[in-house]
Amino acid sequence: MIKVTIDDIEIEVEPGTTILNAARKVGGEIVPPAMCYYSKLPGTGGKCRTCLVEVTSGSAANPTPMPKLVPSCSTNCMDGMVVKNSTSERVFENRGGIVEFLLINHPLDCPVCDQAGECHLQDLAYEHGAQKTRYEEERRTFEPIEIGENIKLHMNRCILCYRCVQVANQLTEDRVHGVLYRGEHAEISTYIENALDTDFIGNVIDVCPVGALTDRTARFKSRVWFLKPMEAECSCSKCAGKAVLWMFGDEIYRVTTRKDHYDEVETIDDKTAWICDECRFEKKDKSQWNIIGPREVDRHSVISQGKYETKIGNQPKKIE
Amino acid sequence: MLTLTNRKKVVSDKPMTFMEKIYLPAIVGGMVITFKHLMRRGNTVKYPEQLRPFAPVYRGMHVLKRDEQGRENCTACGLCAVACPAEAITMIAAERKKSEMHLYREEKYAAVYEINMLRCIFCGLCEEACPKEAIFLTDRIVPTEFARGEFIYGKDQLVEPLDNRIDITKRQNSGRRTK
Repeated sequence: MIKVTIDDIEIEVEPGTTILNAARKVGGEIVPPAMCYYSKLPGTGGKCRTCLVEVTSGSAANPTPMPKLVPSCSTNCMDGMVVKNSTSERVFENRGGIVEFLLINHPLDCPVCDQAGECHLQDLAYEHGAQKTRYEEERRTFEPIEIGENIKLHMNRCILCYRCVQVANQLTEDRVHGVLYRGEHAEISTYIENALDTDFIGNVIDVCPVGALTDRTARFKSRVWFLKPMEAECSCSKCAGKAVLWMFGDEIYRVTTRKDHYDEVETIDDKTAWICDECRFEKKDKSQWNIIGPREVDRHSVISQGKYETKIGNQPKKIE
Repeated sequence: MLTLTNRKKVVSDKPMTFMEKIYLPAIVGGMVITFKHLMRRGNTVKYPEQLRPFAPVYRGMHVLKRDEQGRENCTACGLCAVACPAEAITMIAAERKKSEMHLYREEKYAAVYEINMLRCIFCGLCEEACPKEAIFLTDRIVPTEFARGEFIYGKDQLVEPLDNRIDITKRQNSGRRTK
């Protein structure tokens, strides 16, 4: 075990743990935000640079500070390392710059976007972004495309985190979408309008940190904060069937995986609870699910503005 | 016991005097007040023939604005409904088709937009919350109706007609705090 100090909090972690994961062990404010890193998907991280932290002492053996900020999602802890995240002015300033970069081509269409309310870029921009853009050139624009029956791709909103590519690589048998072109021209796409159609491809919607990949079956149906998230399960031969139903009255508008407060799919019974496309897109009837109860929502989240009952089946009578 | 305040009124039931018993002085005193008011100018106006001037910041019936090209500004983002303290606003969003490009400004639009004018308290928070400059309060009065259901205003009453644009500049340009 090695000792690391993050924001004056000392913890012991196993060798090979990244700074981000060490911070997540402590939790709270010291955890750097991450737009591309996804702990459940090996190979992600190192692309968005929002998790940059300051290392004021490299290790006990060599305590010189690292000259540049380092990405905490892909930098391993060293014994005696001292890391500054929320206590560092430099990190805060840099993160503001990163957010500005991410927003260069990102449209400000939150009123239209289905992800608004549970979007990490929105949160980041709220915390760090400037009120005005300094970008004067034309933004790159794409027409939204439909990849398959159930998924819509808005390339305008994509921040090229590559999470969806990793989902397709790791969860499905063959990957038909990926990143075309390079650098400024890079875009997520399928080669020659191919449909994404495998059993688990719907999970790309859940891993997308912005609203680039959205659920066509729930598209524009309602804003997230008007829906009630309910924990539910069903018997499914392909997946664990543990999901969150986003309900409006008795209707199921949207089915997603259960996500923790880092917006990652929860681990249930030592398995990451990805859900299959059948559960996500087709089971939109209340009788197909066993509803356990309301999902706990962070008090500060906009989703919690919908007042919902503590127990299901205990709903107040409707006045006709 | 000594009271802490002196708001208490001591009631006495002493018998009335002769002058009080005949009531005439009290009646005359009352009539004097009545006739004094009869000669004065009234406080009310004869609405609707006569109208009072509105304050420039008056908050009356809402309007859903269109842009210069006549497309509806509202994208059904739901922020007005969240901001509304009276829960008067509901809406259902829909996706714009290719053939409807001239009708709606953005990809998403409100297929149904309803304001319950009986619930509405005309606070103007919807106007404040709107990111698309779509909803505004105007100096129009919500007319009276006979049935409660008539007060639920749909898009047919709220969206401004193309040939009869509604001017909102008076309220928008006055009384605003400068940032």
